[in-house]
Amino acid sequence: MNNKYSPALFWFAVLNAVATFFLIGLGGLVTSHEAGMSVPDWPTTYGYNMFLFPVDKWLGGIFYEHSHRLLASLVGFLTTVLALWLWLKDPRKWIHWLGIAAFLLVIIQGILGGLRVRWQLDWLGVPHGAVAQAFLVLASSLALFTSRWWQTATGGKQLAVPRGLRSHVLYVTLLIFLQLLIAATMRHQHAGLAITDFPAAYGKVWPSTSPDALAHYNATRPAGTVGNPITAFQVTLQMIHRCVAYAIFLGVAASAMLARKRLGGRDALTKFAFFWLVLLSLQIVLGAATIWSNKAADVTTLHVMVGASALLTGALWWLVAARRTRLAA
Amino acid sequence: MPPPIYNVMKKSLLLLSLGMFAACRLTTAGDLTGVINLKGTPPAARELTPIKDDPNCAAMYPGDLPKTTFYVVGAGGELADVIVTLKGVPSQPAAASLAPVVLDQKGCLYYPQILAVQAGQKIIVKNSDSCVHNIHTKPAANPESNQVQMPGAADLTYTFDKPEPFLKFQCDVHPWMFAWVTVVDHPYFAVSGKDGKFTIKNVPAGKYTLEAAHRKLGVQSAEVEVKADGAAQNFTFEVK
Repeated sequence: MNNKYSPALFWFAVLNAVATFFLIGLGGLVTSHEAGMSVPDWPTTYGYNMFLFPVDKWLGGIFYEHSHRLLASLVGFLTTVLALWLWLKDPRKWIHWLGIAAFLLVIIQGILGGLRVRWQLDWLGVPHGAVAQAFLVLASSLALFTSRWWQTATGGKQLAVPRGLRSHVLYVTLLIFLQLLIAATMRHQHAGLAITDFPAAYGKVWPSTSPDALAHYNATRPAGTVGNPITAFQVTLQMIHRCVAYAIFLGVAASAMLARKRLGGRDALTKFAFFWLVLLSLQIVLGAATIWSNKAADVTTLHVMVGASALLTGALWWLVAARRTRLAA
Repeated sequence: MPPPIYNVMKKSLLLLSLGMFAACRLTTAGDLTGVINLKGTPPAARELTPIKDDPNCAAMYPGDLPKTTFYVVGAGGELADVIVTLKGVPSQPAAASLAPVVLDQKGCLYYPQILAVQAGQKIIVKNSDSCVHNIHTKPAANPESNQVQMPGAADLTYTFDKPEPFLKFQCDVHPWMFAWVTVVDHPYFAVSGKDGKFTIKNVPAGKYTLEAAHRKLGVQSAEVEVKADGAAQNFTFEVK
């Protein structure tokens, strides 16, 4: 490969990825504060051009929703510039199209967010959340692909990563993405906590979802500010979320152990796998804290952000491993 | 062509029949009354701490913040905010002359938080606050809407044509603000007051199923027979 590393392009791609990460956090705050519909119009904000909306009106839920829109606009702008930059300056054809894909995805994401407001459809928040996670992976991949290491590393120094280990990490990463879809579905039910205790679930290993049990849960669960009654579907969904979380934790722990066994404890990918395990441990603690705090907005949003980090870590690990293996071949 | 006197007589007879029918209905209609009670201790009300997030709203509460009002229970267990409705009554949309119900946004809260209206009856939404609210209705059977109401703006009017229980009004600017409106497709319903009492007026005599619905405690029903002197039916909800 005959690529020329461009620090400016790389750091610009990193900036886009970091902005996307914070955008996911801000989106998490919007949902955690139940503020998604606090600005009823789109693309305008209370009739104003969104960039001219007076700061003194950024109050209550409007603050979160409007900030989210502005940061989303910035990410849209950065992605457009990045796609153009890649197209004009990067010699690799495939990355041109990846830049175009990012551009299209960010447009789709903006429209999804807008339609969720205009059409007043809660469920559109689920694909909006899913595309956000996919876009974070894509934006971060672009940063990786434009990095010095990706473009200048040579085969001599690289240790191939066994296929089994790479496949394992890929499957666990896909499982994390599935988990994020489940989580987005839970969040966009807007019903508060479906199960209010942890590690037990209504005092049991698996809670009853009979009509009597649901009536009891609804009558006695802590009086939160979100008043929708919970349903059997929501209780079951949270239980599935918990089970998948345990499976992911075991999968990530196995990844770290396998990496140490196959690559050695000093290998960067082994260290990265252990970092992944630390993230997962933190994520489970945050999941528990979300329940114990009765879904406090800041705790819940941290849970969203660490979840996104876990997905990203798995995806980047797999990409680096694939690159190393190819170089070593 | 019949002489005009026949037309006058025909109209008079018709009016007389209608009058007699109405009088008959009135004499065979009674009030359905009752008391709703709660057994057990409901979860404690929670302070609405997010109010602090909006300085306009926080300024209205220099002392204690308001609390959730999911259970409004009197000293003797009297339960308010229960919607009591006759079931199986023929659909009867509200007359245009029926007085509207007022839903006010005051102190960044809805007043009242639980109400019931007849299908087609107007709901006037006011903004008595000095800050903006958005009125986001989240119905199951009726169309959804999301409108802005600036401070001092004109009242907004809502009507719902299809019956549904606990249709949610919410403000997304202030996500602790909710009201729940039950839409009934006939005039025979009531909401229990702070003393737990309810009265459904002028119920035609007959046998009915009476349903009592509390937003957190579910639904109970009872068979009642209303006579010319009315009927009484109490309900007791229980927090298990």
